[in-house]
Amino acid sequence: MERYRFLEHTSDAKFQAFGNTLVEAFCNAALATASLMWDWEKVEKKIEFKVTIEGKDLKQLLNSFLEEIIYLWDTKMFLFCFAENLRIEKKGSRYNLSALFKGDKYSEKYKIYGEAKAITYAEMEIKNKGDFLVQVVVDI
Amino acid sequence: MDLKRINDYTWEIPKSGDMKVSTIIYTSSKLLESVKQDRTLQQAKNVACLQGIQKTAYVMPDAHQGYGFPIGGVAAFDLDEGIISPGGVGYDINCGVRLLKTDYLERDVYGKRTQLLAEIFKEVPAGVGKGGITRLNRNVLLEVCVKGAEWAVENGYGQRDDLKRTEENGRMREADPGFLSSRAVERGIPQLGTLGAGNHFLEIQKVSKIFDRDVARAFGIHSENQILVMIHCGSRGLGHQVASDYIRLMENKLGSRGLPDRELINAPVRSQLGQEYYKSMSAAVNYAFANRQMIAHWVRNVFSKVMGSSEGMDQVYDVCHNVAKIEKHRIYGELKEVCIHRKGATRSFGPGREEIPEIYRSVGQPIIIPGSMGTASYILAGTTEAEELSFGSTAHGAGRLMSRHEARRRFRGEKIKQDMESKGIELKSTNWKGVAEEASQAYKDVDEVVEVSHKVGIGKLVAKVVPIGVMKG
Repeated sequence: MERYRFLEHTSDAKFQAFGNTLVEAFCNAALATASLMWDWEKVEKKIEFKVTIEGKDLKQLLNSFLEEIIYLWDTKMFLFCFAENLRIEKKGSRYNLSALFKGDKYSEKYKIYGEAKAITYAEMEIKNKGDFLVQVVVDI
Repeated sequence: MDLKRINDYTWEIPKSGDMKVSTIIYTSSKLLESVKQDRTLQQAKNVACLQGIQKTAYVMPDAHQGYGFPIGGVAAFDLDEGIISPGGVGYDINCGVRLLKTDYLERDVYGKRTQLLAEIFKEVPAGVGKGGITRLNRNVLLEVCVKGAEWAVENGYGQRDDLKRTEENGRMREADPGFLSSRAVERGIPQLGTLGAGNHFLEIQKVSKIFDRDVARAFGIHSENQILVMIHCGSRGLGHQVASDYIRLMENKLGSRGLPDRELINAPVRSQLGQEYYKSMSAAVNYAFANRQMIAHWVRNVFSKVMGSSEGMDQVYDVCHNVAKIEKHRIYGELKEVCIHRKGATRSFGPGREEIPEIYRSVGQPIIIPGSMGTASYILAGTTEAEELSFGSTAHGAGRLMSRHEARRRFRGEKIKQDMESKGIELKSTNWKGVAEEASQAYKDVDEVVEVSHKVGIGKLVAKVVPIGVMKG
């Protein structure tokens, strides 16, 4: 299955990410986000960060989850390349997410393509039609 | 959508449905065609539905689709009944432009532009993959957010005279960094004094045409071929985080309340959360002023080193183009304080306004409109008509026409560099993908944008400048 696909958007980066499960679609959305800044396929899995996120709904959960990649890059120079053990749980009316972010610390061997400023709610979609699709616009 | 042509440069979406006011779009028939291709007009209509909006929602000539508000959107809200919206300011809070003049002419600088650019590249960190050169601690960062450009000047970056030539004198007094999240502070620490990527750039330019000699002279622009330096950047990760944080806080506290677009989330201006956002946003505004102040200082150092002197490198002005402020405007004859949002729009105050420095008070404030990378930029002057027509606002740039993705597919960074070099423009960047994304063909025609501004009267033409050297982050 295709992991993600970028679509036309006048000023920013809009993508759809796919998965057999919601977890897989979230994971692929994380890769799409990283692909705006570096080539995640070339990043070694040398260090890891434990990530836990809460959201009042799935869209807020997705927004905060993807923001974590930008935050860890800006503050720890961490190049994300995969989300392991990604779990999404519903607790009451809220959602919790936990994952182990794998990747490497930036060094000259990695090429940085650009910046992602923020994850937006613009045109955000999370769809379940047997397979899962999430759509996100990233402010770049 | 009901779109009514008022005159050659003005269209209106009359009030209907949930709209509390009408929407006015300043554009030309050519620019309007591209505006109709995306969601700009629908977004402008959505803004007109927000609580407490005053008079009219305005759309500037360079408008394109944004989040919640369109880019190029201007709206004013009543302080008691109205709202403040992070989406009405944008993620890059106080993204803005600073312009320095020099006393050099093109012939003095042309042969040294490679060296100038190389030195600027060394001195001014792009910040993509590398942090700023100043590792700050948390307390210093908080001080930066309180004092803005004043902090930079006190710490040896630039001169006091720069401050009065900066919107808000380089410091919004309402700032309270106590309301910043620890994430915002953490993102701000390594990035102070960095240019950033995307559409941000630093250009060595020459004056190519002067439209209004008297006003140009007041701005320190005396002749064609005079060299200027333009710096375009914002509040970096700190500002982006403030926007994300307060969108989240507002929706957690207030819910989306049936808004047509989740990015339009807002809080009453006077509510606690509205005030906390305003104070945090002001802190991010100050961070961006300090950022541009530091970069300007390094540019002067480079000129000193390469040209032998940076004397006469006075600041023309520094403008914000993503901001919310409390300003006094005349609304249906009555002078009142409103919370004005300018998202991708520049303040355009005319002669006499007390907010603009004394040196410019007789001619109106300088407005700096950067074109796309490698194309012309413009200097305009604020007008009194703008206060009536657009709450004292005008365009902020060229405005995108084509997606970055499409631009990357169509253009090659290396080829763009060659084309620019054949026009006498030197380009320095480490990021070819980014260069392709910023290809001038991916933008609207900035000449047309400023012409609309001039014809409508919301910013009058003073000078056109073209680059001879470009640094892209």
